Amino acid sequence: MTSLTAVDAANAAQAFQTRPSRLRPWRNPWRKPWFLSSITWIYIVWSLLPVAIAVQFSFNAGRSRSVWQGFSFRWYWQDPYSSLLTDPSLRLAMRNTLVLGIGTVLVSVPIGVLLALGLTRWRSKASAASNGISLVPLVTPEIVLGSALYLVFSTMYSPFIALGMGAMLLGHVTFSISYILVIVRSRLLSIGGEFEMAARDLGATSIQALRTILLPLLMPAIVAGAAITFAGSIDDFVVSQFLYGNAENITVPIKLYSAVRAAPTPALNALATMLLVGSTLALLAAYAVLRGRRRGGGGGEQALSALASIE
Amino acid sequence: MTDSSGGTALVEAAPEPVQPPKSVKAQKDPTFDRSTRRLWPLFSMPGTVWLLLLFVVPFYGVFAVAFGQVDFLFNTPIPAWNPLHWQFTLFGEVLHASVDGPFSAVWRRTFGYVIASLVLCVAIGYPVAYYVARLAGRRRGLLLALILAPWWINYITRMLGWMSILDPTGPLNRFLLHVGVINHAINFLGGYPAVVVLGLVYGYLPFFIVPLYASLDRIDQRLLEASRDLGVGSVRTFLHVTLPLSRMGLITALVITALPMAGDYYTNQLLSGAPKTTMIGNTIYYYLGGGSQKNVGACLVIQLSLLLLVFMAYYLVLTQRAAKEASR
Repeated sequence: MTSLTAVDAANAAQAFQTRPSRLRPWRNPWRKPWFLSSITWIYIVWSLLPVAIAVQFSFNAGRSRSVWQGFSFRWYWQDPYSSLLTDPSLRLAMRNTLVLGIGTVLVSVPIGVLLALGLTRWRSKASAASNGISLVPLVTPEIVLGSALYLVFSTMYSPFIALGMGAMLLGHVTFSISYILVIVRSRLLSIGGEFEMAARDLGATSIQALRTILLPLLMPAIVAGAAITFAGSIDDFVVSQFLYGNAENITVPIKLYSAVRAAPTPALNALATMLLVGSTLALLAAYAVLRGRRRGGGGGEQALSALASIE
Repeated sequence: MTDSSGGTALVEAAPEPVQPPKSVKAQKDPTFDRSTRRLWPLFSMPGTVWLLLLFVVPFYGVFAVAFGQVDFLFNTPIPAWNPLHWQFTLFGEVLHASVDGPFSAVWRRTFGYVIASLVLCVAIGYPVAYYVARLAGRRRGLLLALILAPWWINYITRMLGWMSILDPTGPLNRFLLHVGVINHAINFLGGYPAVVVLGLVYGYLPFFIVPLYASLDRIDQRLLEASRDLGVGSVRTFLHVTLPLSRMGLITALVITALPMAGDYYTNQLLSGAPKTTMIGNTIYYYLGGGSQKNVGACLVIQLSLLLLVFMAYYLVLTQRAAKEASR
């Protein structure tokens, strides 16, 4: 054993490399997994092709949403009546969606981050209860949340806030808080207490340690949480549909849903494309921030994982 | 919920170091600070109050409406906020209709579609998650990005593409006519259960793959190598090592996809819109959204929630346990 030389090692390595070829192909654990790789690629094409087709038809020159009649920007700005730029109902839907998305981020991020900080440190029976409550929205089917909010906003809460933009904002923040909580808390747990402890040993108060040490460390999770919240809000359909009240408060997903079976033109596809652009921009902004923070290779995949909150 | 016991003991024991190990821990714990001990409950307050007012109370409101009365002039619900005034006759009637009446077919159809969709999700999603997590090599980053992409794309936008494809004048019909499989265009959007299941699978598969990917990704490569070194073939390695280790991820993925699927009403409205593919979500929306019998809708929401409660509770327990292990 001790006399193992480089030559022996090379021979062994060679034997190791040639061995697979003597195995029957299906017993060879090093063979190319062509079956799994083709399933994966077929799945990916299948999952993205309909989206590509939906975007493609937004550039259709004709009115059809299923027959291609040439390329144009007609449904974005050229059509005098029903393009994104000229149809007031589409403009209204885009404006409402954007306002709602930004508002939801502004309200839910501070609340969610504070909740994550508080619930991680605060240990008591009350905190356990609060913790339980804050996770339930994650697993509540949207139709249950939507109908519950609808029923209170149309009865008990109606003297304070009627159905409409305000109610939608409250609804969106409600399901967003839990997302931010989960994302920020998992980051908080992976950071651990050491940095904060060091700051405290050096004489910082709790608040100082929090502001100067913990908050910068939490920033990736906060950014990811904000991006996910924004995308979740502009994409939300169910809660909005229960709470929008009247046509003045229509959002892009509601407009898409209600118009698509009634009077569909490629302008709807253009509207959907704008939604896609909106969430892509949020994603790219967050990705750039996350990637920039971890200089060096391999940051991309980690940033992706952070965005998907699967770390 | 059980982790509170350790925490309270820690706070109470700290001022008087009766139990040496705990007091040492308390001194080292950065979160232990008498002057700012009230900070953490204060931080939790806005979120907790928010969720109480806009999640717990509304959920109670569903019960109040379901067990309340109806203004018979305007046909609007009068919620009974006091449980002592609750009446269960309507709920009983709706329950009867669900078990053995007009709603029973809808419930059966809903669960039939959900189960069929979940089977397809496992059949397609497991191989994809496995490949990306374990075998993709240097393409992994790209594949991960492509698999995550549908998360960021609006659900209705994704359905919009299918509506173009499946349209009577759309590409699928043109292709089938061209090949000669059919001799007149089929309106796939006219109420086919298979189309609805396809829509559900398409819609929710990304949410199925990602948690499964995460759990497969965590499996230690050395365990699989050990299994191979001991002479076990690929199939048996998969069945005896990979599959048991990914069990939690698989359950999470199933629960995460089953819950929204069971309450879905827009997928089949967009891809079928026919009464013969109505799911329970459509019925709930019909009664709450446009209909005048909102309390019937509320009863159905309660029934759906009770049915899904088992899965929700199970998932919450799992995540709590995982969080506790992570903090250890």
